[in-house]
Amino acid sequence: MGARAITVTSGKGGVGKTTLVANLGVALAMQGHRTVVIDADIGLRNLDMMLGLENRIVYDLVDVIEGRCRLRQALVRDKRLSELFLLPAAQTRDKSAVQPDDMMRVCEDLRGQHDFILIDSPAGIEQGFRYAIAPADEILIVTNPEVAAVRDADRVIGLVEAEEKGPPRLIINRLRLDMVQRGEMLDVADVVELLSIDLVGIVPEDKAILVTANRGRPLAFSRDSSLAGRAFHNIARRVRGEDVPFLSLREPGMFERLLRFVRSG
Amino acid sequence: MKFFERLRGRRYEPSSGEVAKERLRLVLAHDRTSISPALLSTLKDEIIAVISRHIAIDVESVQVTFSQSARESRLVADIPLLTGRTRRKR
Repeated sequence: MGARAITVTSGKGGVGKTTLVANLGVALAMQGHRTVVIDADIGLRNLDMMLGLENRIVYDLVDVIEGRCRLRQALVRDKRLSELFLLPAAQTRDKSAVQPDDMMRVCEDLRGQHDFILIDSPAGIEQGFRYAIAPADEILIVTNPEVAAVRDADRVIGLVEAEEKGPPRLIINRLRLDMVQRGEMLDVADVVELLSIDLVGIVPEDKAILVTANRGRPLAFSRDSSLAGRAFHNIARRVRGEDVPFLSLREPGMFERLLRFVRSG
Repeated sequence: MKFFERLRGRRYEPSSGEVAKERLRLVLAHDRTSISPALLSTLKDEIIAVISRHIAIDVESVQVTFSQSARESRLVADIPLLTGRTRRKR
């Protein structure tokens, strides 16, 4: 009962888990859901920077687990978005400080006051991954259309299925439309066919994602400024159970560009 | 593109995206089952040995591969039998 806990994981590092959790958290909160994002990457804290909340941290997840503070004291509320909270990772500890049961307990305490709990899993398939998926009601796998990321995603899908967590759903991040059209990148259909799980989102590569991370203000804050911003909001809506069609991610052809130019002029 | 290349008499070369997909298809089949290419080859040899002890088969054409459907893997052995007709052709 209460909040739904969703863990975002990937196997391979650097595919955009943290960026996705930050943007998904912002999108869900903007859509009116009280959302807490948990940085489960103990020792490599980053979600705070993505959200621009790094200067407001007093206590962290390990402080809560070890009883140095109460859960509510560790939650950082986003001043720009009153429905969004961050539970930061400890930076000076390591993954052995957290057990699966600890995460279950923390999430149980959060469920009553929130609608969504998003957990940013560490990369890898070791202890950090284990405790990050322990409390999950649903697991989202992030991958890039690239051989190493797809292979690692497949491995993680196998581990999630072995845990009997129910089938995970897939997010394909950093798709480059121009390269797909030239046949130089795995297409969405290829990745979905290879991994054989349901797709819940496609996020095109976008420079604005790095620029907004620089500023600590995730792209999802400005929903309609870009395809990627809309993609994050669409994922949030699908996570809520809405049936949202996938964005058309075709690059406009010469003719369409000309038409657009004529219309805008 | 493919059409024009063929017109010019060039051999069709798969794009890097297609190569990636094919390589992944194979490596995922091995990862999921933890059957290495070497083990697959051993299996093939032993299957041939067992079956040819009882019936005549076309040893050269035997194929032992993985097939994938959804997230299920199966081992597929394609073993052509040497019938009267194929024997005569040889």
